[in-house]
Amino acid sequence: MSRQKLLAVAAAALLMGGCASVDPWVKPYERDRLADPIMSFERDPVIASHRRHVFDVREAARGAAGGSGGGCGCN
Amino acid sequence: MPPAALVAGAGATDMMLRSYKGAVVAIVLALALLTPTLSAQVLPDDRLDLLYHFYEGGGMTIQGPSLLARKQIGSSVSVSASYTVDSISGASIDVVTTASPYTEKRTEISAGVDYLRGSTLLGFTYTNSDEKDYTANTFGVSVSQEIFGGMTTVSMGYVRGFDEVGRSDNPDFSADVDRHAWRLGLTQVLTRNLIAEVAFETISDEGFLNLPYRQVRFLDPDSATGFSWEPEVYPNTRTSNAIALRSRLHLPFRAALQTDYRYYADSWDIDAHTAEIGYTHGVLDRWTLDVGYRYYRQSGAEFFSDLFPFRESQNFRGRWKEISAFDSHAFRVGVNYEFMAERRGFLERSAVGLSFERILYDYRDFRDVRIDADPGEEPTYSFEANVIQFMLSVWF
Repeated sequence: MSRQKLLAVAAAALLMGGCASVDPWVKPYERDRLADPIMSFERDPVIASHRRHVFDVREAARGAAGGSGGGCGCN
Repeated sequence: MPPAALVAGAGATDMMLRSYKGAVVAIVLALALLTPTLSAQVLPDDRLDLLYHFYEGGGMTIQGPSLLARKQIGSSVSVSASYTVDSISGASIDVVTTASPYTEKRTEISAGVDYLRGSTLLGFTYTNSDEKDYTANTFGVSVSQEIFGGMTTVSMGYVRGFDEVGRSDNPDFSADVDRHAWRLGLTQVLTRNLIAEVAFETISDEGFLNLPYRQVRFLDPDSATGFSWEPEVYPNTRTSNAIALRSRLHLPFRAALQTDYRYYADSWDIDAHTAEIGYTHGVLDRWTLDVGYRYYRQSGAEFFSDLFPFRESQNFRGRWKEISAFDSHAFRVGVNYEFMAERRGFLERSAVGLSFERILYDYRDFRDVRIDADPGEEPTYSFEANVIQFMLSVWF
């Protein structure tokens, strides 16, 4: 395993190791507004996907346009 | 940048990419091994969406249905499938001016599986897009992990694409494009009302990257119009990086403010800025209203020219308006109505949505050669497009 991979594993392990000790400053029961569908990064996937396609085919820019998942920490 | 420097630049970027790819693989491995049993993520909702989409602009009309279904199997697996058709009629300015053929129909199918284990969500996707002269197959894998008591979600993904390029006027023509994409994302709960996301994506293409029909024009004193046409030639590699920042702010009276920004740069010397702002307002429980504005600006590719000085004046040459410098403004309104908010039989709830978007494109270098003028003196091209989406959704 290359040095970069080792560093990446070590960094991820350190990050994960800290999980138990971090006290969330927004408690799970305080996330009702964040859990509201209107706060979603992608409320309707089929609409978002078509809209991305409309722009993608007419623009040179691509990538990092959402749709890659990721949650809101609402649960 | 001269073409040789472009290729050299792409080589250096490829080396960086290999290191980056190794790091992404290692982090995915570490996340999978160290999955803690913290707050749980959830699988996406079981739902069926039926969309009718309509696009009209620049002489073209594209419309068709799109269907997306998602269903949970057991408590840790969710499967999805989608089907989209684009029926194309009319002709864009490229077709009008150089009589190049165009595809009349595109179909896209995709399938996906998500697997949930504790606070880790693993996803696998396959997509096939098929046109008469272009086929694209894409495989993707992604992992997302909640950490810090669900305050932070780290996600990453890798996508591999295999495209086949053909010519509808020459069945013997065939060329390939290989594509790799690496994605990293971080979503962070900031306050009770604010959530933000940063996303990064690198995409690397290698192969036949221009469409075989497209032409560039060059000054030709022997032609009656003062110019003639010859085929485009693109570099066979392209590497791009994009970074995006997004936020969602919950406002009183059940409203939300969305702000998005993306910066893009690639090895063809194109850079682009995308900025978007949106406002969503929930009304009377069942209605949701959306308004938004999106601004986009890009520079042109290093080898783009509206009018080359003579035939084969440089190794790489392109006159595709999508790689020229332009600005775009888009205005969007949408309404959503939940017509069945309570469970009936196996249906949990149902909604309909209608949205309209008007997009203005203003090209800075690409000229409208349909207008009679001295070569290079024609007005720059611009057009307006309308996009309509009508959606029916059921959750079950």
